[in-house]
Amino acid sequence: MQLTNRSKLVSHKTQSFSERLYLPAVLKGMATTFSHLFKKRPTIMYPEQKREYAPVYRGQHVLKRDENGAERCTSCGMCAVACPAEAITMESAERKKGEEGLYREEKYAKTYEINMLRCIFCGLCEEACPKEAIFLTDRQVPTEFERDDFIYGKNKLVEPIDKPVDVTKRQTPQVLEFKKKPGLKHNTLFDKKQLK
Amino acid sequence: MAEFILYKSIICVVIFALSLGIAAYSTWWERKFAGLLQDRWGPSRAGWWGLLQPLADGGKMLWKEEIIPNVSNKFLFVIAPALFIVTAIVAGVLIPWAPDLKIGETFYSMQISDVNVGVIFLLGVTSIGVYGIMIGGWASNNKYSLLGAIRASAQMISYELAMGISLIALIITAGGTLSFSEIVKAQDAGVANIVWQPLGFLIFFVCALAETNRAPFDLAECETELVGGYHTEYSAFKLGLFLFAEYINMFVSSAVMAGFYFGGYNFPFAAELYQALGLETGDWQISLIGFLVYFTKVAIFITTFMWIRWTLPRFRYDQLMNLGWKTLLPLSLLNLALTVVVEFFRGNIHL
Repeated sequence: MQLTNRSKLVSHKTQSFSERLYLPAVLKGMATTFSHLFKKRPTIMYPEQKREYAPVYRGQHVLKRDENGAERCTSCGMCAVACPAEAITMESAERKKGEEGLYREEKYAKTYEINMLRCIFCGLCEEACPKEAIFLTDRQVPTEFERDDFIYGKNKLVEPIDKPVDVTKRQTPQVLEFKKKPGLKHNTLFDKKQLK
Repeated sequence: MAEFILYKSIICVVIFALSLGIAAYSTWWERKFAGLLQDRWGPSRAGWWGLLQPLADGGKMLWKEEIIPNVSNKFLFVIAPALFIVTAIVAGVLIPWAPDLKIGETFYSMQISDVNVGVIFLLGVTSIGVYGIMIGGWASNNKYSLLGAIRASAQMISYELAMGISLIALIITAGGTLSFSEIVKAQDAGVANIVWQPLGFLIFFVCALAETNRAPFDLAECETELVGGYHTEYSAFKLGLFLFAEYINMFVSSAVMAGFYFGGYNFPFAAELYQALGLETGDWQISLIGFLVYFTKVAIFITTFMWIRWTLPRFRYDQLMNLGWKTLLPLSLLNLALTVVVEFFRGNIHL
C-alpha cells in the first residue's frame, strides 16, 4: 500500500553499454566543471572590498562626543549595571572650571574601561545609556597578543574629534523614542521602588 | 669536443631550468585552475593573479622544520625524495623540443640526448620512479606510508603493461623506430599519430594518469584514507620534492604524449607557412615557432590533467585493478592487433 507520494521504486537495472564505457559520463562531468570556468564568483576580496553590515550589527563600542566635541558620558554607571558580563568599569570625576569644552556635564568619567574579552556584545550598555553616549558600531575588535591589550580605555573608546564615528544607523528616531519610554527598567532605575 | 660539451651543457641547463620552472608554475596553475573550476579565484594575493605563489610555497617548504622520525631508516628516508625527483627529471632528456637549429654550418638538435632506444629508456626510467615512492613509504616506518607505497607500486606495475603495449602499437605506426626524435620527425610530412592510434592514445593517456599518480588514480597519497599516503612522515623540503616531482612527472608525460601522438613541434601546414615566410631549414625562427607549438600542446595536456583531477572522484582500489588488468590490458592487445592489420593494408608491414 502506498502511504505517501514520496516513495520510489528501487530499480535493479544493469548498466547499459555506454554506461559501462564510463567515458561519456567522464566527458559529461568534464563539461560540467568546464562550464563553471565562466560562472560568476561570489568571492568578496576582503580587505579591498567589504561586505556591508546590517544596521543591527554589534561590534566595537564607541563613546560619542556631542556636537561641540565634549564627551557625552557622565559616568552614571548605568551601562556597568546593565552589563551582564560585567565588562565595564569606570571612575568618575568632577568637571573643573574651564573644562566645559571637554565634558558636557558636571560629572564625567575619569577612566572608562571595557574588557573586550568579557564583553559579549549584547548591546545592553547602549540600551541603558540615558545620555546617548555609548554605541556599538560595525567595527571589529582586532586581535592582540596580550590579555591586557584587550582592556580598552578611553584612548580607544572615545571617538577622535577629527574622525567622528558614524552611528546614525543605530541612532534612529525610533530608537530615541524607545529610550524615553517610561516603565522601562533603565528609565526608572532611580525610582526608589526600583532600587529596593 | 669542447664545442660539443658547451652545447650539451647549455641545453642541459636550459631544459633542467625549464622543467623546474614549468613544474613550479604548474603548482600555481593547478591551484588557480582548481579555483576557477570551483567558482573561486584561486591564489590572488602573491603578485598579480597570484603569480608569485610558487616562490611563497617554495620558501615555506624550505623554512619549515625538518622532521625525520626516530624509528625510520634515515638513509633511505633521505634518499627517497631525491630518487623520485631525479628519475622524474631524467625522463625529460629524451624530449626533442624544437626542430634542429643551424649555427654556422652545423645542425644542433634541441634535445639533450637522442637515445636510439628512447621508448625503452623512457619506460625504464619511469618504472624506476616508483622506487622513490616505495622506499619513501617503507623507510617512514608508518603503516599509512607503507599502504600508500604498496598501492603505488601495484598500480604502477599494472598500468605499465598496458602502457608498454600501446607504445608497441605506436612504434609500428611510426615506422619501427624507437627513437623519440624520429617518432616526432616521422609526423612532420604526414598526419599526427593520433589519427592512426586513437584507441592507443586513450590507453596511453589513462596509463599516464596512473603513472603520474594523478587523480582519479592518486591512491598512493589518498588523503581521505591514508592521511598523506607515502609522504605522511615527510616534512619541509623533502615533502616539497615529492610534490614537485609529481608535477615534473606530469610535465614530462604531457611532453611525451604531445610528441608521440600529436606531432610534437609539427603542426598542420607547417612547411607551407615556413615557405611563405621565406624560412629555410635550420633557421632560428623555425626552432622558435616549433618550440612554442610544442609548448602549447604540453600546456593543454597539463591543463587536461588538472581538469580531470578536479572533475573525477578517486577510484576504489579494486576498481583500479579491474580497470588496469581487465580493461586496459585486453584493450591494448586489441589495439595492437588492429594496428597490425591496419598497417598491413597501408603497406607499412611486409610479410
